[in-house]
Amino acid sequence: MSATAECQQLTAMRPAPGTLPAMAWLRCLGGIVRREALRFLHQRGRFLSALVRPLIWLVIFASGFRFILGVSIAPPYETYVLYEEYVVPGLAAMVLLFQGMQSSLSMVYDREMGSMRVLLTSPLPRWWLLTCKLLAGVLVGVLQAYVFLGIAWFWEVRPPPIGYLTVLPALMLAGLMLGALGLLLSARIRQLENFAVIMNFVIFPMFFASSALYPLWRVKEGSLWLWYLCQANPFTHAVELVRFALYGKFEPVAAAVVLFALLLFGGLAVLGYDPARGVMARRGAGAPG
Amino acid sequence: MTAGLTRIGAVRPAANAAPPALEVKGLSHAYGPRPALQDIALRIMPGDFTVLLGPNGAGKSTLFALVTRLFDAQGGSIRIFGEELAARPGLALARLGVVFQQSTLDPDLSVRENLLYGAALHGMARAEARHRAAQELERIGMAERAGDAVRSLSGGQRRRVEIARALLTRPALLLLDEPTVGLDAGSRSFLLGHVRRLCREEGLAVLWATHLIDEVTEEARVVVLHAGRVRASGSLPEILVAAGGAPDLREAFARLTEERREGSTA
Repeated sequence: MSATAECQQLTAMRPAPGTLPAMAWLRCLGGIVRREALRFLHQRGRFLSALVRPLIWLVIFASGFRFILGVSIAPPYETYVLYEEYVVPGLAAMVLLFQGMQSSLSMVYDREMGSMRVLLTSPLPRWWLLTCKLLAGVLVGVLQAYVFLGIAWFWEVRPPPIGYLTVLPALMLAGLMLGALGLLLSARIRQLENFAVIMNFVIFPMFFASSALYPLWRVKEGSLWLWYLCQANPFTHAVELVRFALYGKFEPVAAAVVLFALLLFGGLAVLGYDPARGVMARRGAGAPG
Repeated sequence: MTAGLTRIGAVRPAANAAPPALEVKGLSHAYGPRPALQDIALRIMPGDFTVLLGPNGAGKSTLFALVTRLFDAQGGSIRIFGEELAARPGLALARLGVVFQQSTLDPDLSVRENLLYGAALHGMARAEARHRAAQELERIGMAERAGDAVRSLSGGQRRRVEIARALLTRPALLLLDEPTVGLDAGSRSFLLGHVRRLCREEGLAVLWATHLIDEVTEEARVVVLHAGRVRASGSLPEILVAAGGAPDLREAFARLTEERREGSTA
């Protein structure tokens, strides 16, 4: 009897159920972001490769290509630009693309290893937990993109100073869209698979069939069907959004497409993690027997 | 207005009709054509130490997945302190602490960071979480290891940390899925003793899943689960009676899980 009374006393110390305060939502977000950041810092190799990857493209690929590919005057550029300069926004977007896929991989890993179950026992709604995961991944990705832009500055790719500010919302929006795609993939992937699968079927096609490495007007001259493919690729619009924003300009079509893709991927990802029909139920309790 | 009133009524029931910590009724679930749980019923009151006893593959993990709302059950209902889990998962999950079968700690992060992450998921303020983490680590004798990476801990120590994390948010119902698997005798008896003390002294309701009969203590309530069905439930003497007057639990468990196998083949 006294045990029951004491138990009730204990539970009475909690805030009234049903009214998790707004602060609780933010604390949850804070905790998830913090964990993501700590994990990123602990994985030195991941941090390094996230930086080295775009630098290889910039320093080696772009330097070699500058003699072959001249980029004529097209918005947002006001003069002729060197190929290095052209390729930097696409590489910043590539950082976000890799980060988005990396966090999808870590979602699958978490699910296999069981730590996702801790996340999902939170009393906060599941869509919010996924949003927190998404935001945490995006913050880590945007940080990487800025570090890359900083190094590119030393490589004498120097957009106007205001561009470093105006590019922030573009990086966020593009990062959210690519992160949401990663979440959606993680809900569809049944088990921990080789990263090469995502590499071959998502990252490479999205990256190469986009305006990251070559301007679309040039693609159109070469191959019309590829041009259509690039236009349909949300990554192209993410790249263009970042490119214009880096020069203090706004590209409404790119922004609209990225936003639409974000809502679509995000909505499907939430459905994928829905307790009534999602990936968890299909996979079973995680027990083999 | 009336909606507001019923809501308050549902959340704060009269003291003389305290709802069970966990009440499961008619719970069924199948993976494809293969039924994992059929018509499960169980009831745990505050302060109860209930052992969910079943061989591997009995459906224990599925039951845990459903009660923690990893996914929704296909049939039946789960109530945690009177709150329907499917309808109001937030209210139900807020009072729940869980220790899963697999280790769910982040090996790269420190013990403290792991606890603070768990607290943040429940929306606990950071200062309070730090205070609670220190308290819980003290109770399980791990205070000095708070700053160490989980990777450097032994299996038994990790289990203790997981229990500390589950208790950090002061749950009123604690679920443990085979918490002693792979632990040495010392760690096992420490965990069992710690959790039983919490039931006794703090009125915590506990569901402790295991396939090890020697984890059933004298005062425990027992639910024998086999092939997705509850074969018997109640106090130790009641289980012996249900098994047709078995002399001890080992024999009772053998009969209850054997009988079913014959029944299912017949």
